[in-house]
Parts: sequence; C-alpha cells; structure tokens
Amino acid sequence: MPATNASVLSVKDLKTVFRMRGGEVHAVNSVSFDLAPGELLGVVGESGSGKSVTMMSLIGLLPSPPAEIRSGRVEFEGRNLLEAEPAEMRRIRGGKIGFVFQDPMTSLNPVFTVGFQLAEPLRRHLGLSRAAAKNRAAELLELVGIPDPRRRLSNFPHQFSGGMRQRVMFAIAIACEPKVLIADEPTTALDVTIQAQILELVRELRKGLGMAIVWITHDLGVIAGISDRVIVMYGGQIVEQGPVAEVFSDPAHPYTQALLETVPAVRGRRSEKLRTIKGQAPVLESSPSSCSFHPRCALAFNRCRGEFPPRILLEGSHDAACFLAAEANIAANA
Amino acid sequence: MPERADREDALVQVRGLKVYFPVTAGVLRRKVGDVKAVDELSFEIHRGETLGLVGESGCGKTTVGRALIRLLGETAGTIVIGGEEITGASPARLHRLRPKMQMIFQDPQASLNPRLTVAGIIGEPLVEHLKLSNQDRLARIYELMDAVGLSRNYANRYPHEFSGGQRQRIGIARALALNPEFIVCDEPIAALDVSIQAQVVNLLEELQRRLDLTYLFISHDLGMVRHIADRVAVMYLGRIVELSPRDALYEEPMHPYTEALLSAVPEADPEIEKHRRRIILEGDVPSPENPPKGCNFCTRCPKVMDICMRVEPPEVSTAAGRRVACHLYAERADAA
Repeated sequence: MPATNASVLSVKDLKTVFRMRGGEVHAVNSVSFDLAPGELLGVVGESGSGKSVTMMSLIGLLPSPPAEIRSGRVEFEGRNLLEAEPAEMRRIRGGKIGFVFQDPMTSLNPVFTVGFQLAEPLRRHLGLSRAAAKNRAAELLELVGIPDPRRRLSNFPHQFSGGMRQRVMFAIAIACEPKVLIADEPTTALDVTIQAQILELVRELRKGLGMAIVWITHDLGVIAGISDRVIVMYGGQIVEQGPVAEVFSDPAHPYTQALLETVPAVRGRRSEKLRTIKGQAPVLESSPSSCSFHPRCALAFNRCRGEFPPRILLEGSHDAACFLAAEANIAANA
Repeated sequence: MPERADREDALVQVRGLKVYFPVTAGVLRRKVGDVKAVDELSFEIHRGETLGLVGESGCGKTTVGRALIRLLGETAGTIVIGGEEITGASPARLHRLRPKMQMIFQDPQASLNPRLTVAGIIGEPLVEHLKLSNQDRLARIYELMDAVGLSRNYANRYPHEFSGGQRQRIGIARALALNPEFIVCDEPIAALDVSIQAQVVNLLEELQRRLDLTYLFISHDLGMVRHIADRVAVMYLGRIVELSPRDALYEEPMHPYTEALLSAVPEADPEIEKHRRRIILEGDVPSPENPPKGCNFCTRCPKVMDICMRVEPPEVSTAAGRRVACHLYAERADAA
C-alpha cells in the first residue's frame, strides 16, 4: 500500500516479539498500515491475532521485557514514535493520541473522582487552570451524554454503570482533542443495547471532532456499522485490508471469507449448519516462513506451505496476503 | 402450540419460580430488602427441544439455569423435571435425580479442576453415581471423548494443556457422562473465539440429535440463539417478557424490549448497517433490588404508556404459541 503524505499515522514493517522462558512468541509480524485523518479504521481478528499488541507497541505501552520491538517505524507528526524518549511519549500519549480500553472498571482509577481523572489530562497536556479544567471536564461529560454532568464530576467510578463508565473513558480520551484515538474492544464488555448507545455516541463524536480512530474488535458487525476501512489480522499479520464495503462484499482472503460465514445473523436467511473453521489459531514461535493460515485453510496448496505470502494489491486500495487471491486477481485482469 | 400437548411432552415445567437474594445491612446483617433476580417465571421445555434464554447481563438468566437444576435454592415456585419435582427434594433424592440433569458452564477454565486429568474430570460423575469397574469406566471415558471429538491420547493430560474450545469439549463430555436428558448450557460459547464458537455449537447440535437431549441454552448472543434454539424466551429484569417460537420472534418481535434488543445487534454487512433504523434505548437497566413500579421495562420503553407505570402487564398468549407480557397487547386482547 502506498504511504501517502496525508496520513496521520503510518506504521511500517512492525515486528514485536515476546521473549518467554520457553522461547519466543512472534506476536506481530511485519505489520504495515496507514491511518488517514478523520477515518475510522477497524481492526478485526480473534484473540491472539496480534491486534492489541500491534496498537500497544506503537504507543509504547508494552512492558519490556518480555516484549521487544524488533523492527519497524511508526511515523506520527514527522517523528518515529519507536525512537521517542519516554518523556516525549508521555506528552503524546493522552494528548495527541488518546485511547479507550475494553474494561472501563479496570482502566479508571477507583480512588479518584471522575472529575479529577478528567481534569488530569487537561491540566497536564493543555495547561488549564483548576477551574478551567473543571469547566471543560463538565462540558466533556455532557458531550458524551452523561446527564447532570456538574454533579457527576464528584462521583467515583463505581457510582457509574458499565455503559456510563465507558462514556467517561471516551470523555477522557478525547479531552485533549487527540489526532488519533485508539479504541481497544471498547464495547466488548457491554450489553448489546448499551453497545448500540456507545456506537451512536462515536458516530456523533466523529461528526464533531474529526479525529482518526483505530477501532479494535472481534465483532464483525460492529466494524460493518462504523468503520471506513478494515484490517483483518491473523497470526500476527495483516491478511486483508481494504474499504469496509469491499472487504465485506467481496472478501479475498479465505480466512476473512470463513470468518464472515461462521457468524450467524439475527436477520435474513438462517443456515441449518454453521460453517466452521477447523483447528485453532497458531502461536508463532518463529518468524513465519509459510502462510500462517494454511493448516486451517480448505484451499491451501503447496506454495502456501513453503512460502510466506506478501500482501498483494488487488484493486483500488484493497489488498490481501494470499497466493490464491493474487492469482485470481491476475486472471481477472488478464 | 395447543395447551394440552404442551403439558404432555414437557420435560421441564416451571411454575411461578422466584429466586430472591437477601440484601443485608449494618453490623447485625439485618435483612433490608431483596434482589429479585428471578420473579414469577413460568415456562416449559419440551422433550428434545432447545429453549434459548436471552437477555442482558443481570437479567437473571444464569440464576434461572442454576435454580432449574437446584444449584441454587428457589424462594417460591415449583420445578418439575421428567415428572419428578425438584423443588423441595431432599439431598439424597436430589443426588439420585442429578444424573438426569447436567450443566455446561460458561468458563471452561474455571469449571474444570486443574489438578485432575481429563480422564479424571470426565470420570468423576461416573465414580460418584455408578459402580463401574476401572476398565468399564475407562471404556466409557474413551467413548465420551470420541463423542465430543477429543483424541483418546489426551486422556492423561491436564486442563491447562488445552485451548478454550477443547476445554469446553471436556466440559461437555463430563456433562454427558451419565446420559442426562436435560442439559443447562450457561453461555457455553461466550468465552470462545468466533471460529471456535461454531465448532462447539455444531457439536452440541449433533449430540442433541444423536442422544435426544433437551437443552436450555442461555446466551446473550442473539445470532447464535437464533441458530440453535427452537423457542426463545427473552428476559428483562428477572421476568420473561416474551416467549415465542424462534422464527416468529426474530421476524416479528412483539415486546418493545425484544424489538430494541434485536435492532441493537450489529449486522456484518456494511450495506444493511448504513440504512438500518435502530432503536436506541435510553439509560440503563434499573437495579433488581428496586425495580420500577408497574412494568419493569417502563423506564426505558420507547412505547411507554401511562398504564405501564402503574400496573404490572399481564401475560398475553397469542396464536402460534407466543406469549408476551406487555400492555400494548393486553389492550388489544381486551378489545377483541
């Protein structure tokens, strides 16, 4: 994929390895992607596919050891974040790059009020006075749809419900109007009706704030509803990438195809038997030398077992790391 | 479904089930109230069918599952499984009845003893309830492992050596050990990855066909329930708001809560998602300690009327075996 100058965040060839007692685990293998200003990039994959580790690596939130970033560049505002000093990273995190994690109860500090936790980034990154920060904090709570925001500032996290806590997390993440927001499974711990509320909130926030969002999830439905572009991860690499409509209507990688078919819908036709993907996801102990999906792929052939498939551009900005998809594409264009 | 046939082939009959948890306060731990986890529940599960039980967290669906096989004592009501009344059964009689009813738990990690081998885990119910020779027991364990698709070579391994999906298979084999008739599946796939969920659900369906099992399938995954269940009960704040055959429920939900719940499930199709009309419910589920007066759903219902805040909605049965607790339909029934 060509790196455009217009992207706010550009990741190239990122490799993250965990050194464990029993050997190494290659969690992220040559991941490259760009994030355009204002776009919402969905990242899907099952647990262990490396989606969270990728995002944690690029903002330097992985404990090292055991994690080690072997190679790669993360360009943000003309700098390589992987080489930035810790003090500089602290200025960027929470200021220019915000994040929201899966479980709002464990990511909020239980012994401080919500108002304090909201004011903290405002005072630290934007240098607001105590009173100004308090005013802004109340505005933020109102923005994320929390009723009676002024009074709620003095409440502690346990006094909020799960959905409200996640709204608070969004308020903290957008407090300094970051250029990039990384949301790691922000609705996974919530019920569907509350998830619908949060998704609606994000749609509203995007209209008003224009930041780029990376949304990590395992739920294909959520991605279909909110994102512009989607990355499918498997075995620590990007197996398919493209505009959301194209990837969902015409998935090129066998893994994406299988993933889309294995999820039963609540509307439309109901199939008698669910399609399954045989076996289970791999744990990579070394850098992959073959397609990591081939043991589970119904369409695998010899080349898949002996060669690592690179990402091949199919059409427009849709690409996939599959020899078969590449061949089909050549045949179609010939 | 006609009422008479309903009675005859019902394997599980629940009448007026209530499960309250006391709330205590102060140093004397005096009882100050009740969490009405399950309030006045009545339903039947027919032999060989799968009843899906859906609802959001805290609605009481797990409590129902646990009460059904007496892992929790009920506060009021009766439960009859296979003609035997479970409620009020003595511990000795309950022990005798246990083989007929089993449970598959949500978290396969937490529900398997880490110090027992797979053979030990699957064999435990056999030791407890049957007098088998070691050889016969091992033969039965192997048979069960084959049935759930676990290689016999794994019999002497420990749970931590398995992946989530395989652990769930061990849990299923254990539940099947005593040839049960009725299995409560409490969120059996919630802890698994999507590609593994389908494997486990297909296994459950295959076993049901082969062994003529009856399931109560508790889940918050409406898509998966649509796949596996024959009838679906929707719970909200300790009550069943709607109980209906599967296709009717998904095609034409009657209760406003069911409608909102279905509309909130995102669909893996960007085209549909773009044009879909969503019902976004306001607010959160109220506390079951202090449920609203009248209809439990009146605080969030988009179609709320005056009467909903005063009077508890009666249960209305409609044609085709549907049941809904909502004033919208009660009025219609009165008028007709």
